[in-house]
Amino acid sequence: MSLITGILEQLINGLRTGSIYALIAIGYTMVYGIAKMINFAHGDIIMVGAYSLYVFTAILELPAAAAVILTVAVCAALGIVVERIAYKPLRNAPSLAVLITAIGVSYFLQNTALLIFKATPIPFGSIINISGIRLGNINISGVTLVTFVATAVMMVGLTLFVNKTRAGSAMRAVSEDRGAASLMGINVNKTISMTFAIGSALAAVAGILYICQYQSLQPTLGALPGIKAFVAAVLGGIGNIPGAMLGGLLLGIIESLSRAYISTQLADAIVYGVLVIVLLVRPSGLLGKQKTEKV
Amino acid sequence: MNKTSAGKTPAKYGKIVLNILITLAVYAVMMVVIQGGMLSRQMTSIIIPCCINVMLAVSLCLLVGYLGELTLGHAGFMSIGAYAGALLTNYLDMPPVAELLIGMLAGGIIASVFAVVIGLPVLRLKGDYLAIVTLGFGEIIRSVINSLEFTGGAKGLSGIGTYATYKNFTFVYIFVILTILLIANLVHSRHGRAITAVRDNYIAAEAIGIHVGRFKTMAFVISAFFAGLAGVIYAHNVGILKPANFDYNKSIEILVMVVLGGMGNIKGSIIAAIILTLLPEVLRSAADYRMLLYSIVLIAMMLFNNSRFKLAIVEKRNLKKAAEIQKEGE
Amino acid sequence: MALLEVKGLGISFGGLRAVDDLNMEVDRDSLVGLIGPNGAGKTTAFNLLTGVYEPTDGIINLDGVNLVGKKPPEICEAGIARTFQNIRLFSQMSVLDNVKVPLHHHLSYSLAESFLHLGSYRKKEKEMDERAMEILSVFDLDKQADQLASNLPYGKQRKLEIARALATEPKLLLLDEPAAGMNPHETEELMNTIRLVRDRFKVAILLIEHDMKLVSGICEYLYVLNFGTELASGKTGDVLNDPRVIKAYLGE
Repeated sequence: MSLITGILEQLINGLRTGSIYALIAIGYTMVYGIAKMINFAHGDIIMVGAYSLYVFTAILELPAAAAVILTVAVCAALGIVVERIAYKPLRNAPSLAVLITAIGVSYFLQNTALLIFKATPIPFGSIINISGIRLGNINISGVTLVTFVATAVMMVGLTLFVNKTRAGSAMRAVSEDRGAASLMGINVNKTISMTFAIGSALAAVAGILYICQYQSLQPTLGALPGIKAFVAAVLGGIGNIPGAMLGGLLLGIIESLSRAYISTQLADAIVYGVLVIVLLVRPSGLLGKQKTEKV
Repeated sequence: MNKTSAGKTPAKYGKIVLNILITLAVYAVMMVVIQGGMLSRQMTSIIIPCCINVMLAVSLCLLVGYLGELTLGHAGFMSIGAYAGALLTNYLDMPPVAELLIGMLAGGIIASVFAVVIGLPVLRLKGDYLAIVTLGFGEIIRSVINSLEFTGGAKGLSGIGTYATYKNFTFVYIFVILTILLIANLVHSRHGRAITAVRDNYIAAEAIGIHVGRFKTMAFVISAFFAGLAGVIYAHNVGILKPANFDYNKSIEILVMVVLGGMGNIKGSIIAAIILTLLPEVLRSAADYRMLLYSIVLIAMMLFNNSRFKLAIVEKRNLKKAAEIQKEGE
Repeated sequence: MALLEVKGLGISFGGLRAVDDLNMEVDRDSLVGLIGPNGAGKTTAFNLLTGVYEPTDGIINLDGVNLVGKKPPEICEAGIARTFQNIRLFSQMSVLDNVKVPLHHHLSYSLAESFLHLGSYRKKEKEMDERAMEILSVFDLDKQADQLASNLPYGKQRKLEIARALATEPKLLLLDEPAAGMNPHETEELMNTIRLVRDRFKVAILLIEHDMKLVSGICEYLYVLNFGTELASGKTGDVLNDPRVIKAYLGE
């Protein structure tokens, strides 16, 4: 087992977690771009996705494909409902009030899950039963392959959607200037709902992939990938979709390499350290636009 | 002449006297309740945590409420103070109160030193970016402590003298009052005004000669100092420190106190800190539901505070004031 | 020697030359106008003078002291104060505190005294209160000293911004469109206030204004900017009758 093989394996591991981070980070970034808020509850949508999948497959015993579609639908609907109830009334409120509300929603989702499913971790068998492949000396598991393919499809699809469709350009318009967009006849409420739905659907996919990898359910399972993905979104430049993709992948790779070659315990410190250094050099993230206040 | 002269008017003296009376009354009641053994064990165990949270909330209030900068790394400074103080008192061999005093001084100072080192580069960032970077630093501090040998790593640092329990309420209470007094005094001084001016409009503040960076760093360091003090008390209350207790959820918990207290409002922060610390105990009978209730209350409060209903009340008050101004102006 | 000397001042944003080769002199206690069509670079010139932007070329001297490269707070300390086109008050602070903030350069005390409210705190605070009330009374704002700045009506907010600038004890005061949004009666009152300020506070005033009645009423000397460069300058009456100036304002 050579050093190069080891590094390549870590890179693939990193890309796998990074893909999941990227999917979640896109949700953070889209919501930030359009509603100018940090949706702290976004990580918990992953958790809801994971538990939904568990309910649909293990309890209701639906076929995997149907369970996945229903899981995505549940999360998208949840995203819309949360926005309607908790965030919409605060559109013009100070950003701190919205942040605290989002934290409240996060606690709410976690504790509802705690009440229903209890704190004891529930083991969960992966729904992905594809066998892995072998490239030279490197094994790539089925879950990893599916993660790569799913993420790539989602990213390409989303990029096309945002840049090539009417709904996508409405989204870009609202995120640029909400007032002007509404004067141009764009339905702002609908566009914001759609953004939350898409972001949450991506989080659901991330949740499914995450749980197929880690195979254990806990009410707080969304917190860690949630916060990492948030860091990824900021690293890439919050509000910027390609930035979130880049940030997520980078973060996954850095984390995996530092875990393997530097120190397991310091991996988190290194990840956050990279964020701090990037922001000090580029205060708006890697791909973010620099904004200055006009005097 | 006018009613705004500093500390010279009967109204201002009245306020000072009232505050002293409240301070003494709270102390008297607490002493009677503690000495009389009127509280359950759960309640006595929560007295010092209440004090600690008040210190944390008031110190964060200076940053979030008065400087207007959102930071999510307060628990990081608390942990630095806690570890520094505990490591020192574990090493010292003196009477408990002396050890605690030295530990607190060291904890506060070391937390401030870290605040200078972190604040100088970081405070150039604004808004959400500052929030995430301070969160990042909080997590860096936590994972570094987690990986170090002399801090006990993930197992924790144990064997800390439990000098700051409810039996030593007087000692802790003095520091709570000192924290409140010093920060409230600062807010009502030229330094505090400069800090508030930066919050309201940093461009205008610069234009009238305020070195914005200097005052931001000042507020950051002072806030960290008191968080460090609170950390040392915490260490000597629980007797064992674990890095996991200082993650970003702790920072958020303190932030929620400041926001529910009404931002830029020290009294509000104190009350919110006390209520939010007591709440889990009071809701103990609701056991499983208490965190759920807490989250619902949190969302409902935020929605109410920014609702049309509340706005209507504020508007009415403003209109009344505007009418008064009009009258006075004539 | 003039109080303010500006030579060859210029700044580029990317390829755009927002201000180019600007030369100005403002004498002590004088009242000078800076006029020009929208987008001529007037506010940019103010931002250069106050250190918001650093000039790419040129010299700025105040009382013989070079100001190029200094940051806004240092320029304020050197003696230039300003107001803003879109009012920038400390809106959640009281009217009195708005004026007390800039006073701290002249009436200072230590951080320890701030924490403890001991030592010279009381004495200095009292002096600050008195000085602030004195300035506020000039603008007829003393009765509203305890109100929040954001609760003042628009015209009074503009006045408070001038009062706050004066509290820094400047040698030169820059006013950016002080009459914007005012009705003719308020503008009339403002003209009297500006004259009063100049005489009472012994300060030179340079102002940007579109209201020609105000400009011709109080300015002694004018600089006209167009497309970032100086179009004309001279005594107010001469400049306003200059055909080039009329053309720049009215078009062809």
